Amino acid sequence: MSNSHSPSTIEIVNRNLAVRYARERRFRRLGLAAVLSGFAALIFLMVTIVGDGWRAFQQGYIELEINFDAEALEIDDPADDDQWQYADYTSLIRSALRERFPALQTRKEKKLLYSLVSPGADYQLANMLVENREWLGQVQRVRLPVDDDIDVLLKGYVDETLPEDERRISNAQIELVKGLKSSGEIALGFNHIFFTAGDSREPEQAGIRGALIGSFLTLVVTLSLSFPIAVAAAIYLEEFAPRNRITDIIEVNINNLAAVPSIVFGLLGLAVFLNLFGMPRSVPLVGGIVLTLMTLPTIIISSRAALKAVPPSIREAALGLGASKMQVIFHHVLPLALPGMLTGAIIGMAQALGETAPLLMIGMVAFIVDIPAGFTDPATVLPVQIFLWSDSPERGFVERTSAAIMVLLFFLIAMNAVAVLLRRRFERRW
Amino acid sequence: MPISTLFTVILLLLAVAFYAGQRKALGFRARAQTQALPFYHGAWFAVYLIAPACAVLAVWSLLDGVLIKSMVLQSLPAQFSGASDAERELLYSEVSRLAYSRFSSTNADALQGSVGTYMSLNATSLKIKYTLSAMVMLACGAWAWLRLQPAFNARVRFERVVLALLLGSACLAIFTTVGIVFSVLFEALRFFDTVPFHEFVFGTHWSPQMSIREDQVGSSGAFGAVPLFVGTLLISAIAMTVAVPLGLLSAIYLSEYASRSFRAWAKPALEVLAGIPTVVYGFFAAITVAPLLRGFGEMLGLSVASESALAAGLVMGVMIIPFVSSLSDDVINAVPQSLRDASYALGATRSETIRQVIIPAALPGIVGGILLAVSRAIGETMIVVMAAGLSANLTINPLEAVTTVTVQIVTLLVGDQEFDSPKTLAAFALGLMLFVTTLCLNVIALKVVRKYREQYD
Repeated sequence: MSNSHSPSTIEIVNRNLAVRYARERRFRRLGLAAVLSGFAALIFLMVTIVGDGWRAFQQGYIELEINFDAEALEIDDPADDDQWQYADYTSLIRSALRERFPALQTRKEKKLLYSLVSPGADYQLANMLVENREWLGQVQRVRLPVDDDIDVLLKGYVDETLPEDERRISNAQIELVKGLKSSGEIALGFNHIFFTAGDSREPEQAGIRGALIGSFLTLVVTLSLSFPIAVAAAIYLEEFAPRNRITDIIEVNINNLAAVPSIVFGLLGLAVFLNLFGMPRSVPLVGGIVLTLMTLPTIIISSRAALKAVPPSIREAALGLGASKMQVIFHHVLPLALPGMLTGAIIGMAQALGETAPLLMIGMVAFIVDIPAGFTDPATVLPVQIFLWSDSPERGFVERTSAAIMVLLFFLIAMNAVAVLLRRRFERRW
Repeated sequence: MPISTLFTVILLLLAVAFYAGQRKALGFRARAQTQALPFYHGAWFAVYLIAPACAVLAVWSLLDGVLIKSMVLQSLPAQFSGASDAERELLYSEVSRLAYSRFSSTNADALQGSVGTYMSLNATSLKIKYTLSAMVMLACGAWAWLRLQPAFNARVRFERVVLALLLGSACLAIFTTVGIVFSVLFEALRFFDTVPFHEFVFGTHWSPQMSIREDQVGSSGAFGAVPLFVGTLLISAIAMTVAVPLGLLSAIYLSEYASRSFRAWAKPALEVLAGIPTVVYGFFAAITVAPLLRGFGEMLGLSVASESALAAGLVMGVMIIPFVSSLSDDVINAVPQSLRDASYALGATRSETIRQVIIPAALPGIVGGILLAVSRAIGETMIVVMAAGLSANLTINPLEAVTTVTVQIVTLLVGDQEFDSPKTLAAFALGLMLFVTTLCLNVIALKVVRKYREQYD
């Protein structure tokens, strides 16, 4: 038999082995390629955002010698705050510009000159003078933000080889700026306006402070509502709930709500809180309530996991010493489960911080310049601010959108890092 | 009284009540044997002093607006008697603005009487609200105070209150679902009064802009939602063709091939993709990916719309990768090691084991995960709002601009709304469709996943 020509099993296997191993290697490489393409997407995203955005942390400033002449400002009664606030600062800036360039006399040339400085610079000047009242009657060198077109030029985004009428900046402006740049009167500096101002129609005057405060107020409402409610619900479901229909319905509901699209929560907020209860539009209070409903399932699920991780021996020991069931939970189980619950809450808050869609529904997309001072002031939040700016075509806003995204991602990373640290610090193996 | 003051007063009262109850208990504890610790006496007393009064306060605050409104509307002068409901709404808001701000309107003189009624009603309501709450508080407080005796088991009573609170918190999930269903359903039904259901579901023309004046040229409002459904499905399908292979292969590689150290940092790094806010993806899709695709298409001689479905779908797919991969990872890890060992023992290579043993065994779980991912893609809003188009084209060409259900909800509802125009109500009808679809997908997916998990437990 052994001399027959039918191949033995081992021969068949050996013959195919090379092909099978090649297939094995291919499959393995395919898997690695999938993982790496995920990373590639992540890195591409990050590089684009950072590459677009880091320049927004810089802003062009022009140094001017401003003569704070009391007569020109028409401040005759220093005790009257309105006079300080509403004086004509624009003409002060203009005369300073004219004095710097006495040669430019025609209307057109002057207009060119005035276009260097941001149209909102008079507010900055007013604030400077109000803070340093002794400047009145003196000549001071101050730094004012330049117009966003000039800012874009300073950052090198303007293609000077284009024909003049296809650019937003004329050759004369470019010459003017080059002169000022070489004398050091125009320079890029840290963009503090971005962190201290509210929204604005002018890119160089727009900041994220209003959105940051709005986000903070909204998250305060969300956290103070969702954490206690989620912990209470988790305690009930994990420790008290009898196995019956109602409990089943609650559990199914929680699991489903975790997967309901966030925009549906926005519809709920619009129909119930705004229309039915007549709550005001675009305020952090309503935004916080809507986000509470949205994040509750997440926090409940992680809180239940934390409660489950506490070993039954703790409960039995406490019960054995005569504690009531409520005392067992609130005195012994809850403190042990709290770090895990907090971790879940922070992750839920990170989710709420990045959420946009439901807040659009309850009107938090309004253009709001003022910085909110309370839970019932109109406000916007950071992701919505990003959404609003992303619609603006100006280069300055594209840059600021990316910068706002960087700030948002910074906060998200910080929150997740805290969650990880908390878990490491308090994690217990029983 | 502003909310913050009210809050402080309530907190103060709670503290005082707790202290008083505890003191009383401490007093009689010296004389007789008590059923509960003084803490529980204090806590129980505080709850019974404050809770009923707060309930009265809350109910009155919710109802008084409606009551005052109907009374003010009845007091409107005769010249407005023929006004429609919408006009009456406007008149009412005019009255309230006239009353509390430096607002002037042409109707100011005619509405003088109503403004007076409004202000006096508000003042009376406020008075009644606080007097009633104070009376309820005193009555309940007195009753509770008398019950604080050595033989009274305050602990059991207080724990009952706490249990009720816990149950109430758990039931909030039910209330939320009911709230969603009713708010969406109610408005959607009003929409279906004006636009028949079959026209909405089967119509192929969507142009929700209503003409403001009768004689205006332009669209009169067409509410056929098929283009939106097709657009949503198209973008979701693109997203899934990106996310499913990449997510599944990543999960397989990470759980079967990767070394422990590679897995330890690669898995969280992939999950970062899931933590990035969708508005960031939307910006990325609109500003970076869409122009790239457009340029690429031009190179090949294809015309790619600047708001193409492809850009939104691709980016959405990237967002969903970690979702698919972590769900698949769970189910692949749940496949018992014995199945793998058996396959290796028969001489199969690793990839053969994965393809012929592990994937078939994990398939129901993977399908469940994919269904959850589809429901995610359908409900995703910001990416499509920022990167997909607004015009409702009925097409399955991924290079053209399409619009989706969520985009239309956002565009119909952002800005000023009037709650009697079909345009606004259409958003709720779309919301209903979205909710029902995702709910069905979730229920099926969760059932499949759960059933599968139990199989190997």
